Amino acid sequence: MSTKSMRITNLRKQEGTNGLWFVAPYFLAFLAFITIPVIMGMLLSFTYFNLLDAPSFIGFSNYIAIFTSDSSFMQQIIPNTITFAIFVGPIGYMLGFFLAWLLAQIPHKLRTFLTLVIYSPSMTAGIAMAVMWRIIFSGDEAGYLNSLLLSLNLIDQPIQWLTNPDYLMTIMIIVTLWNSMGIGFLAMLAGVLNINPELFEAAYVDGMSSKLQEIFYITIPSMKPQMLFGAVMSLVATFNAGSIGVLLSGQNPTPQNAGQLIVTHIDDFGFIRFDMGYAAALSVVLLLLVYLFSQVAYKLFGDHD
Amino acid sequence: MASFSGTKINPKRFHISQWKFLAILIPVAIFMGLPILYIFNHAFKPLAELFEWPPRFFVAQPTWNNFIELFEVTSTTGIPMTRYLFNSVLIAIITVFASIIIGSLAGFALSKLEFRFKKTMLFANNIAIMFVGAAVSIPRYLVVENLGLIDTLWVHILPGLAIPVGLFLIKQFIDQIPKELIEAARLDGATNFEIYWHIILPLIKPALATIAIVAFQSVWNNTEISTLYINDESLKTFAFYMATLTTTGNAVAGQGMAAAAALIMFIPNLVIFIILQRNVMNTMIHSGIKE
Repeated sequence: MSTKSMRITNLRKQEGTNGLWFVAPYFLAFLAFITIPVIMGMLLSFTYFNLLDAPSFIGFSNYIAIFTSDSSFMQQIIPNTITFAIFVGPIGYMLGFFLAWLLAQIPHKLRTFLTLVIYSPSMTAGIAMAVMWRIIFSGDEAGYLNSLLLSLNLIDQPIQWLTNPDYLMTIMIIVTLWNSMGIGFLAMLAGVLNINPELFEAAYVDGMSSKLQEIFYITIPSMKPQMLFGAVMSLVATFNAGSIGVLLSGQNPTPQNAGQLIVTHIDDFGFIRFDMGYAAALSVVLLLLVYLFSQVAYKLFGDHD
Repeated sequence: MASFSGTKINPKRFHISQWKFLAILIPVAIFMGLPILYIFNHAFKPLAELFEWPPRFFVAQPTWNNFIELFEVTSTTGIPMTRYLFNSVLIAIITVFASIIIGSLAGFALSKLEFRFKKTMLFANNIAIMFVGAAVSIPRYLVVENLGLIDTLWVHILPGLAIPVGLFLIKQFIDQIPKELIEAARLDGATNFEIYWHIILPLIKPALATIAIVAFQSVWNNTEISTLYINDESLKTFAFYMATLTTTGNAVAGQGMAAAAALIMFIPNLVIFIILQRNVMNTMIHSGIKE
């Protein structure tokens, strides 16, 4: 065996031990705060647990209760979550792609500025803005929206925007859409900008004639990986944004459950009613839901070859 | 090819044919920017303008009073506002640097080294990108309690260190670095750590900048940790304090201070993003998920 090949085998061995050391800090944190909580959540979902006494095993009772005896879950939480998720998820995502595509059609400096303006709401996570929204949507006549509508004679008296069940969901959706142009939106913008311009030239030579054709035959297929990244990001953001209703109305549960989503339902049972086992079962349902939706995204944009 | 040059992506200069894109983009940008502009104006309004009827959008006579009041005010429990701000800054700095180091070490190994469990770890991390943190706040509480982290500064930092989407982006970025570069350094006798430090780190600055932003945003804006894991008021964060400004006590009187606080929350995010935005866009080119 030559010295060189010996050295390489030595290096290989060294690599084997070294690699794990490099990933150790990350995966210790990963295990402690992601893996273990998920596994514990799954185990707890089969128990009754109030934080004081040891958890007692009760089988599938929590799951059965979710789908049979938790009347607000089937009648309000699930429909609310679906409405919220459809508007913020797919519609927000399509909006994100459309804006990214539009931004790619204008020159660099102007694009950088407009991108910053459109992206900046996503930096103002939940709480800082919720405080501002509460002033804008304030229920008395001094609230900005009420005052504007009153002065335009569109309404006769101030509306309780945030505590009225008729409006809460709409406001939640608008507010969430407003700050949903985040990292996935930036990824899609980078994706459009990075498409080889020759592809468009070739397509126009071949007789492609409209922008719409361009989007569906060139743009989207050429940036599928970024489309998938954007889809996953918007999915996660949608389900993470669940507490916005509580932030806006200042109540959990929200007035008449109008803005109650799975995430806030979990907090309601976990931290207000201290039924940890039941809350954990709800968490498992939520995680499964996210996983299920992500599989749809992978079906649409994944490269199967 | 006249018709083509007008429809090109990433055009070099402005052309009149681009008006149709701007016709949509500018109203959207106004809608997105108005609430932000509103915070800027509200934060500088004197008391009289805050309660003016009908309310006015723009500030007429800007003043620093709201900020002065915010800095002088002491919470009902006797903790000065500056203490919350200090906690937030300290936590943010530590978390950003630690998550950059931890993420880049792991990203390097997952991209360029061979070792046991590598496939499993990659798989687990890719699944965890879809992880919704809010779903496991209860079992997380039990982990935090068992590690003895309740009422320590560590509980603000440790849960934010493993950022699956951050590791994913760093790894994708390192994947672009040719293997030959690393092989060459190795033949010159460089250890893995030397390769990481001298070759990888300088090349992946854009990805690191992106992680810095993601880590900063999640820790700077976090109120959940202060609410759930901290009882000692002096260890809570500015984001938490700002939430209490309008929910407790006199919500109306607090709105000037709340606006000032919202601005303090927002400005660091904005400044960091403006400084790093070119790096972010470079990273995002490699963000695609391929199966």
